[in-house]
Amino acid sequence: MTTSRASADLPELYRAMRRIRMIEEAVAVRYAEQEMRCPVHLSIGQEAVAVGVCAEMRPDDQLVSTHRCHAHYLAKNGDLKAMMAEIYGKAAGCCGGRGGSMHLTDSAAGVLLSLPIVASSIPIAVGAGLAIRQEGRDAVAATFMGDGSIEEGVFHESMNFAALMRLPVLFILENNLYSCYTGLKDRQPQRPLTDLARAYGMPADAADGNDVEAVRKAVQRAITRARAGDGPTLLVFDTYRWREHCGPNYDNDIGYRTEAEFLGWKERCPVEQARRRLVAAGRHDDATEAAMITTIQVEIDEAFAFAKMAPFPSPETARSHVYG
Amino acid sequence: MAEARILTVAEAIREATDIAMEHDPRIFVMGEGVSDPKAIFGTTAGLAERYGAARVMEMPIAENGFTGIAIGAAIMGRRPLIVHQRVDFALLSLEQLFNNAAKTCYVTGGHHTVPLVVRMIVGRGWGQGPAHSQSLEALFAMVPGLKVVMPTTAREAKGQLIAALEDPNPVIMIEHRWVHYATGHVPEGHYTVPLDGPRRVREGGDVTIVATSYMLLEALRAAETLNKAGIGADVIDLAVLRPFEPDLIIESVRRTGRLLFIDTGFRQFGIGAEVVATVVEQAFGSLVRPPVRLGLPEHPTPSSRALLADFYPTALSIIDAAAALTEVEPERIAVPRAALAAELAKLPVDVPHPTFRGPF
Ligand SMILES: Cc1ncc(C[n+]2csc(CCOP(=O)(O)OP(=O)(O)O)c2C)c(N)n1
Ligand SMILES: [Mg+2]
Repeated sequence: MTTSRASADLPELYRAMRRIRMIEEAVAVRYAEQEMRCPVHLSIGQEAVAVGVCAEMRPDDQLVSTHRCHAHYLAKNGDLKAMMAEIYGKAAGCCGGRGGSMHLTDSAAGVLLSLPIVASSIPIAVGAGLAIRQEGRDAVAATFMGDGSIEEGVFHESMNFAALMRLPVLFILENNLYSCYTGLKDRQPQRPLTDLARAYGMPADAADGNDVEAVRKAVQRAITRARAGDGPTLLVFDTYRWREHCGPNYDNDIGYRTEAEFLGWKERCPVEQARRRLVAAGRHDDATEAAMITTIQVEIDEAFAFAKMAPFPSPETARSHVYG
Repeated sequence: MAEARILTVAEAIREATDIAMEHDPRIFVMGEGVSDPKAIFGTTAGLAERYGAARVMEMPIAENGFTGIAIGAAIMGRRPLIVHQRVDFALLSLEQLFNNAAKTCYVTGGHHTVPLVVRMIVGRGWGQGPAHSQSLEALFAMVPGLKVVMPTTAREAKGQLIAALEDPNPVIMIEHRWVHYATGHVPEGHYTVPLDGPRRVREGGDVTIVATSYMLLEALRAAETLNKAGIGADVIDLAVLRPFEPDLIIESVRRTGRLLFIDTGFRQFGIGAEVVATVVEQAFGSLVRPPVRLGLPEHPTPSSRALLADFYPTALSIIDAAAALTEVEPERIAVPRAALAAELAKLPVDVPHPTFRGPF
């Protein structure tokens, strides 16, 4: 928490996190209108991982995400209007309304795919890394993975192959301690998650997943190795999902975790931590904050208005694009 | 009828599991979410509290692995019940199901059996999209060695699940999420409904309508309207996909001369293809019109409700197909059809009933 830790571009990282927080809170608030008729898995509380990772990525670096993809997509500069239109089921959505909130994609921004089957996206990122290698480029591919996804066989198969081939892949393990309503300790033996990489002779690194600068530093080291042809890295970031697994509400009352645990993590809010650090460094004050919030709010209001007004896709188009 | 007890299909499934577990201490439940607060849409509610974590096992997200683990335990004589929240998640376990669950009895000349039950749920609605709504029963029904059932009424769901848990063979039970809400009379206590083929759910002499799962409910709604226009539909619930026992269907088509099949899954290469082929093989001479199949079109399930307008067969498309098959003049059916259409137009296409509040 020392002021000296505030890096040159912390204001941008902070702004990116605040923007994602505000967008997802707007989704949560407006969800009750029942116009966003698809499941939503919000990342509120986990913004530092998305922003810290994507801050180090170039547009030609590929990102593959999961069911919980809003923050990753936005941090990688995925188009906000196309995301909102997708959630509203509109033709202007990033999948033309075919995918919904769990399939966000934006080729221009390097968001290759988001996939709702747990761990299904991991080998896709390894395949993207393979393609990058075959093309002789110095780009990288990153796969965001929940703590649940490392229980699937395909995670281990993908780690093995990426390590064997020294592919430019970042395995971003975003450990929010839960798979739906089941805690990590009820699903996996206790051990450092970074040890998973040792089985494949792969380097691993870990950092506080609620500290955007710490996340970024760890990613920097891994991405430098990957671009240099020195292979993949497993990065472990502990963080916490504030709201229910799927949907807009809080659910600390239903019995799988405690309000106290949630409050402990809320105390360490990634967005507020960054703001406090900036204020302490004398680089942020109430006036800058207010101006920033206003600008972001305008952007969000526009995106929602766009999504609500946008036309639905016509039913006949449902059968197009089954083949390329 | 004072004792008539009305339960939802979800409640009936929960009760069946409870009764079977009480009866047979070898039965244990495995799955992701089986002991969490949502308890697989309530279908495993209270079981962990009653039988403990050793018999209601919360599983890591490792479908292929834990299916193999269940098969190993089943060969040893234990009786695992696996539950998947979606058919789509069970896809990760196909290797174990198709190669080991389905073949072990055969390969060992009957020395080993695999008394395994796998429940999986077909999602629909609320924009859940292409990878959370697949109805892939045809995939499972293709494999000899598996039994495949699709219960639709609460009484049958309970009796079929208890029968499955007492069966020495692997049984795949495919439940439609919207069928979970259907209510019906469910007897108390232990009983079984044999896994032995289709049942007639409505008598009629003009057209044979065969359907599975949620499409049976649509077919029954259609049959009521058809009846108002003087068309008698003989409605058959396929119920048991494998072993495939077509006799009841053949007997019905011999009387009606007309067959309409409604698939819950894809029309092409769907269950209807097998039903129609069998009817053509065995009752060709009785058919007065070519059989008709309804089912899902040739594309994945889109998320947007706007794209779903023509995706699922409905009571109306069933009525239209049946009217064409029976060659009734459109005017005869127009009034009751319009009344039903007006009623259905009030309901959103992406939720099972008006009181539903998303998400899934
Ligand atoms: C193969 C598969 N099994 C089960 C599910 C249902 N499911 C959706 S999200 C989820 C939990 C995933 O947990 P984690 O990987 O930690 O991600 P988080 O939701 O915490 O972001 C589960 C079990 C699924 N989508 N795919
Ligand atoms: Mg998690």
